[in-house]
Amino acid sequence: MGSIKDEVAIIGMGCSKFGERWDSGAGDLAIESAFEAYEDAGIERKDIQACWVGQMYSTANGIAGSTVADALKLASIPIVRNENWCTAGHIALIEAATAVAAGLYDVVMAIGVEKLKDTGYPGLGTGRGMSPVYEARRTAPGSFGLIATRYFEKYGMSVEEGKETIGKIAVKNHKNGSMCPKAHFRNVVTLEQVLNAPIIAYPLGLFDCCGNSDGSACAIITRSDMAKNFRDDPIYIKGFGVAMDPILPHTRPGFGWTSFEALKTSSSKAYEMAGIKNPRDEIDIAVVHDCFTITELAIYEDFGFSPRGRAKEDIDSGFFTLEGGLPVNTDGGLKCFGHPVGASGLRMTYEIYKQLQGKAQLPERQIKNVHRGLSHTFGGPPQLSAVAIFGNEKG
Amino acid sequence: MAGIVSFGAYIPIYRLNRDTIASAWGRRSLRGERSVANNDEDALTMAVEAGSDCLKGFDRSDIDALFLATTTAPYKEKMSAGLAATVLDLQRHVITADYANSLRSGTTALRAALDNVKAHDDTKVLVAASDCRSAYPRSDEEQWFGDGAAAFIMGSENVIVEVDSSISINNEIMDVWRNDDDHYVRTGETRFILTEGYTACMEEVIKGILDQAGKQPSDISKLVIPSPDNRSHGRLAKKLGFDLEAQLQDPLLGSVGHCGTAHPLMLLVSALEDAKPGDMILMASYGDGADAFLLRVTEEITRLPGRRGVKRYLESKMALPSYQKFLSFKGILEAVPGEPFRLFPSASAYWREQKSILRCYGSRCRDCGQAIFPIQRICLNCQSKDNYEEIRYSDRVGKVFSFTRDQLAGRSDDPVVVQTVLDMEDGARLYLMMTDCDPSEVKVGLPVELTFRRIYEGANFHNYFWKCRPLRNGGV
Repeated sequence: MGSIKDEVAIIGMGCSKFGERWDSGAGDLAIESAFEAYEDAGIERKDIQACWVGQMYSTANGIAGSTVADALKLASIPIVRNENWCTAGHIALIEAATAVAAGLYDVVMAIGVEKLKDTGYPGLGTGRGMSPVYEARRTAPGSFGLIATRYFEKYGMSVEEGKETIGKIAVKNHKNGSMCPKAHFRNVVTLEQVLNAPIIAYPLGLFDCCGNSDGSACAIITRSDMAKNFRDDPIYIKGFGVAMDPILPHTRPGFGWTSFEALKTSSSKAYEMAGIKNPRDEIDIAVVHDCFTITELAIYEDFGFSPRGRAKEDIDSGFFTLEGGLPVNTDGGLKCFGHPVGASGLRMTYEIYKQLQGKAQLPERQIKNVHRGLSHTFGGPPQLSAVAIFGNEKG
Repeated sequence: MAGIVSFGAYIPIYRLNRDTIASAWGRRSLRGERSVANNDEDALTMAVEAGSDCLKGFDRSDIDALFLATTTAPYKEKMSAGLAATVLDLQRHVITADYANSLRSGTTALRAALDNVKAHDDTKVLVAASDCRSAYPRSDEEQWFGDGAAAFIMGSENVIVEVDSSISINNEIMDVWRNDDDHYVRTGETRFILTEGYTACMEEVIKGILDQAGKQPSDISKLVIPSPDNRSHGRLAKKLGFDLEAQLQDPLLGSVGHCGTAHPLMLLVSALEDAKPGDMILMASYGDGADAFLLRVTEEITRLPGRRGVKRYLESKMALPSYQKFLSFKGILEAVPGEPFRLFPSASAYWREQKSILRCYGSRCRDCGQAIFPIQRICLNCQSKDNYEEIRYSDRVGKVFSFTRDQLAGRSDDPVVVQTVLDMEDGARLYLMMTDCDPSEVKVGLPVELTFRRIYEGANFHNYFWKCRPLRNGGV
C-alpha cells in the first residue's frame, strides 16, 4: 500500500454544538459546522472543488449529497455521500484526502452531518443489519454487550469487577466532556452512579452507552505545499487505515469477541504510514470510538495502547486521563460529546486538530506537548474500523 | 398391519396457576394449573415441536405425508401443514393436508393417516395435532383450557400400537363453536350440551366399538377420553362400567388443561408412556360427534427410542407470574407497543432463503470443513466457491458462547430479549434469541437446544425463525 504521509493538510475545521437539537434540521447543523470551517480556513464556498459527506441515517437513505448541497448551496462540484456506519465521517475525510493527494483538487470539504432526533425514537433502533430474520431484534447495545460478557469471562473478571473497570472509562469521559462547551452531556458522574444505573443490555448499564445526538463537523483540506498560504498552523495527515471484517461477528465461527481484526489492521496500517513503531509512547492524544465503555477498553488493547488482557491496569492507574501518559477521549468521546453517527469521525478529528494547534476550547483541557494525535471510529455489528493519524509538523 | 409407529408431544413451558385467574375475577378456582403458550408460540410452532419429538430416531426423508390438525391455525388461508413440513425438513414430494375446525380433527387426521397407510404399503404419515384456543375472560373455559400438541407416525413396519378397529359418528349440534370472526370459544347451555353432546356421543362410540369387537369394559387396560370438565368423563366411565382408579386415563386437566383438538392425542401419548405390550387401549375423542379406536400395544413399544412426550414436557415448567401477562401473551390485552422495527421482511427473501430460515441449514465447506450458519456460498476460511454440504442445525445442541440481556428490543410485556452467540459442536456459530428461560440464569457455557418460534409480525405475515432455549428437562 502506498503512503500519503504529509501530502495533505487540514486548514480549517468546524463543529456544531452536539445534543438534542430540536431547533435545528440537518441543514442547519451543516451550516453551523461548515461556516466555522470556512472562517477558520479563511475560504469561501466558491473555493471548494469537491465535497465528501459522511451521513448514515438522516434524513433519509438514498438522498445522495442533497443535505449539504441544499443547505450550503454547493454548486457544480462532485458531492459524494459516504454511508459506512459509524466510520462514515472518517471515510469521507480519508477519501477527500486521497483525492487531494492524487492531485485532482486543491481545496475540498469533508463534512459529517447527522440528525438522529428526527427519527422519532431514542437510540439507533431495533432490528438492525442485513437481515430482518437473522438479526431480528438486534440492537447496538445488545451487540456490544456480547463483547463485555466475553471479556469478563476470558480474563476471569467477576461481573462486579468488570463493570467497575469499564465504569471508570465512563467516569473519565464524563469528566472530560464536562469541560467541553459543545458536548451533549456535560455532567460529571461518580463510579457509584455508573454502577447503580439501570441495565440497558447486560452487562452494559446506562452510563456504559454513548449519547445519541444531533451534530455536524467539517474539515477543509488542501495540498501540504499550499497549506501555509491559508494558515500558519495547518495539521498534516500522517497516515490512515481502514479495514472491514469479512462477516457479521455474531455468526463467525471461532470468533473470540474480545479483539477485532478490523481494529488491529486499521491501526497497524495507519501506524505504518505514519511511521509509528510504539503507539503507546508515540501517540500523544487519541479520540477513539467509545460507543460503549467496553469498546474503548477493547480498542486500548487492539491499538497497542495497553498490553493484551491488561487494559485494567492502565485504567486503574489513570493512564488514559487528561493527566495520564496517553489521554484518550479528551473531549468526552462519543460517551459525552455525543454520537451523531456520520459526523463522529470528523468531530473526533476536530478535537485532535484543535489540541495539536494548542487551541482546545477552554485552556485547562489543553494537553501539553502534543505532536501526534489519532482519531478513530468503529462501525457496524461491529465490523468496520477507520483510523487517522495527524501531526502539527511535517516529518 | 397398519398402526402407530412413533409418538411425541409438546407442552409449553409456562403454567398458570388457576388460583391466579380466579383471584383476578373474584371467582372460584378450578384448582391446579394450565399450560400457556409463550408469546412467541402458536399452534404451528407447537405442532413442529411435537412433530420433532415424534421424529426422534426416524429418518425425516422417509415421511410420505404430514397431516396437521388444529382449530387455531395461524393463517385462515394458507396451509399450516405445508409450513410445518418445511420446518420439519420433510422431503419435497410430501403430501400435506390441514385438518381443521373441529375438536375431532386430530383423530380424523389420525384415521385418515391410517387409511392412507392401509392403502399404500410402506407409507409413513406424520400426524400432528396442536391447539391454543382462547376462552372468554372470566369464563370457566379460561381456566380449563390449556395449550399443547401431540404427534404420531402411522406406518406398517415396527408398529408399536396396532389399530384393531375404529368407529365414528357425526352429530350436528351447537355446543362448542367459534363463528368465523370470533376470537373466543362460545358454548351452549351446559346441561344441554353435556347431555346431548359429549355424554350421548361418547357413550355411543364407546359402547359401539366394544360391541363391534365383542369386548367388555374389563378387557380394556386404559380408557383414554378427553373431558370438558373435571367430572363428566368420570361419570361417563363409571356409567359404562369402567374402574375409575385402574382404567381411566388422567385427562391432564389439573396439570395442563383441555388442549382442544390436540387433547385426545396428548392423552393417548400419555397412556402409551405407561403402556405394556399386550395392553388394550380404548381411545375416544369428542367434537361434532365422536371417534373411537380400539388399540393394542405390541412388543415394539419397548424398542422405541426415548422421547419427551407428555411426561417429560410436563415435568419441565416455569410459572407464568400474573394474569396480566396471560392476557397479554394471548393477545387479549394489548400492552404498550414496543419500538417499531427498522428492518422489514420481504416475502421473496423469506422464500429464497427458506433452506436456512425455515429448515435451519448451514453449510460445511467440502474443501476445508469449515461449518457456518446460515448457508454461505464463499467459504470464510478458504474462499472455496459453491462447494459445500448442507447441515441441519435444528436438532442439534449447542452452548452459549456469549450473551446479553437486551432491555431495548423486547415487547413491553416481556421486556428482556436474551441474545446469544452459540457454539455448535462442529464449530458453527449461531446468533439466536433465547426463549423459555429465566434471563437471570443465562450464563456462558449453558447448553441449549433449538426451537422454532414466531419472531414478530411484519410485512403483513407472521415471521418465524429459530430461537434457542435451555435444554427442557435437562435435555432428556
